[in-house]
Amino acid sequence: MDLGDKSEGITRRQFVAVGSLGGAALAAGCGPKSGAGWEFFTEAQGRTLKAICDQIIPKDDFPSASEAGVHSYIDKQLVRHYRPHQDAYRDGLEQAEAQSRKRFGKEMADLEGADQLAVVTDLERDHHGFFEMVRNHTLEGYYGSPRHGGNRDETSWKMLGLGDPPLLGRAQYDLSLNDPGEPRR
Amino acid sequence: MNRVNAVVVGAGAAGGIVAKELSVAGLSVVLLERGKWYTAADCRKDDLRNQRNTQLGNAFGPEDEGTPRVWVDAKGVAHTVPASDGAYSNNAACVGGGTLSWGAQAWRFMPQDFKMRTTYGAPVGSSLEDWPITYDDLEPFYDKAEYEIGVSGDYSGTPFHAPRKRPLPMPPLAPNREFGILEPAAKRLGLHPLHIPMARNSIPYNGRGPCMRCRWCVGFACEVDAKNGSQNTVIPVALNTGNCELRTECQVKEILTDEHGRARGVSYFDERGRLLEQLADLVVVSGCATESARLLLNSRSNLYPNGIGNRYDQVGRNLQGHYYSGAMGFFEDEAYDDLGPGASIAVMDYNHGTPGLCGGGMLANEFIRLPIQMVDRMPPGTPRWGLVHKQAMRKYYKRNIAVMGPTQQIPSADARVTLDPNVRDKYGIPVVRISGNVHPQTYEIGAIQAKRAEAWLKEAGAIATQLTGGLPEVVSAGQHQAGTCRMGNDPRSSVVDKSCRVHDVDNVFVIDSSVHVNNGGFNPGLTIMAIAFYASEALVRGWKGGGYR
Repeated sequence: MDLGDKSEGITRRQFVAVGSLGGAALAAGCGPKSGAGWEFFTEAQGRTLKAICDQIIPKDDFPSASEAGVHSYIDKQLVRHYRPHQDAYRDGLEQAEAQSRKRFGKEMADLEGADQLAVVTDLERDHHGFFEMVRNHTLEGYYGSPRHGGNRDETSWKMLGLGDPPLLGRAQYDLSLNDPGEPRR
Repeated sequence: MNRVNAVVVGAGAAGGIVAKELSVAGLSVVLLERGKWYTAADCRKDDLRNQRNTQLGNAFGPEDEGTPRVWVDAKGVAHTVPASDGAYSNNAACVGGGTLSWGAQAWRFMPQDFKMRTTYGAPVGSSLEDWPITYDDLEPFYDKAEYEIGVSGDYSGTPFHAPRKRPLPMPPLAPNREFGILEPAAKRLGLHPLHIPMARNSIPYNGRGPCMRCRWCVGFACEVDAKNGSQNTVIPVALNTGNCELRTECQVKEILTDEHGRARGVSYFDERGRLLEQLADLVVVSGCATESARLLLNSRSNLYPNGIGNRYDQVGRNLQGHYYSGAMGFFEDEAYDDLGPGASIAVMDYNHGTPGLCGGGMLANEFIRLPIQMVDRMPPGTPRWGLVHKQAMRKYYKRNIAVMGPTQQIPSADARVTLDPNVRDKYGIPVVRISGNVHPQTYEIGAIQAKRAEAWLKEAGAIATQLTGGLPEVVSAGQHQAGTCRMGNDPRSSVVDKSCRVHDVDNVFVIDSSVHVNNGGFNPGLTIMAIAFYASEALVRGWKGGGYR
């Protein structure tokens, strides 16, 4: 939809990758180093996040949250508009992993779907604030604009039956759209 | 800086009109706006960053950084919130103000809305009052606003609309599918549906083309510039006179007064952060209800220790907006046709006349929905996440209609804007503090309105319904904010007279929604514009060259 923003995102990711190769000094002030392809999360955190997101929006006939890039939406925003939530994500993902190991003795990403669902359900009950935040951000990533990294290929808009690409200027061609006659059925 | 005849603070719905009327009359005008001047190209169609869905911030101002407000909850706890937070009660900060990105419903109030106290009596504990002007005083200016700004629609379906001299200048847009479902149902219920009046071109008008019916409407700048606000109508006219200079990204700090207590201009921070003065014969405050009150309260001096116009502690009181209540209806068949602006049909049958209660409001179908707006609007009992939620989204996204409306709020003197004693903005200016709530009778009638909306949806074939509304903890004073510098004849219970002139200072005017005594049961934009034309006319009439008498 917006090539400008997409290319900006790629450029930034490339820049981060180059930065972490080129000199540790750049990353030194920024806390734990993010994983490859991630702007904020470590590899391990990213795996946990994907597992949670995919329980909030699982795969069916249409892609799951992570297949639509929701994790990358959250990752990108945590170094942009959602910067104030960085600590909450670090802590919350740690709680999720702790719960997964306690109940099932394994990393969350390695659990069967039903067991992941059990962990997420626990999170909703025991760490409600964190859960609500991830839930809202996941829905934003899935149903929001593709320019921010989620809703990849406009997957949710296709699922909802919205026109793709969104039609521009149709009233200029279909004059009935501006003729106050009978309502459209 | 050169002295000018008038400095107008705020280039929104009202300020743009005042600037135009004064500059056309030959006055020299400086129009100061804290935000930027966006154009149609800034629409950006970003579902997560616009003026209605602000998950990633406000698209049309203010930015979140350096512009906090404080709101005080029902328990008395103060919260400092950024501009994209709902409790902030944001409107916008840009040229055009709210009218750049509004839904553009352009209603006239009804005659009773100006005589609420006479019509109903004031509920105990409320500050319900009559306006010092009548509908008839404003009628010529409603007409002027409809024709100069450009309004499409058709009131002829309802006998309840206020007397008017001629039809709207543009026909309504073609009805969408929701109109086709709701109209016969309304008629079966004995209601009188009409095409919503909208400041949106349905045909070429004023040198711009018609609406292209896209999804990115309310909350967005219009990509084809078919939506009408002050930024594409009156402000260009003002600038073309050569008498008006618009300065953007200028935050006004205070109104300056002389030793006689008259205003001599304003001080403001320009786009580079320099503190400057603009001297003027007249100061017109058009910053919208929260920011206008803030500016008066921040304008303190020996003669005005509590701020300008605030001798009787009235500035900032009676803050009100609208209480939105209604219902969602879920249908077997698709109701959504993806045709903007979406809102198309309304009834005015419930604005007045509910036994035992004051006022009411119009009911209309909701604006076009972005997918993200539907995630919390699934049928009752739907889980909020997981597979079932995803599948409900798929099933019901196009199979629902929302009917709701702006219930007239019954004002309370305790719902107010003050200055926060501690929190300051990036310029060091004390910020708005919002506290209190409107009179509880507001919520009684809002609950009745919700049941009425539900009945309409059921008649239209809804298989399930969900009431919306609830009990808000905070005055809903966002885009519809009003009331903080009430118009009245008595200086002890109002801030401005019926010409919008501050009682205390004869060359300071407040011209915007702040002066609304009550906010009607309609979106207030056109009324703000009508008052701006009305007050400007009085101002020009009283202008004696080089001074106001």
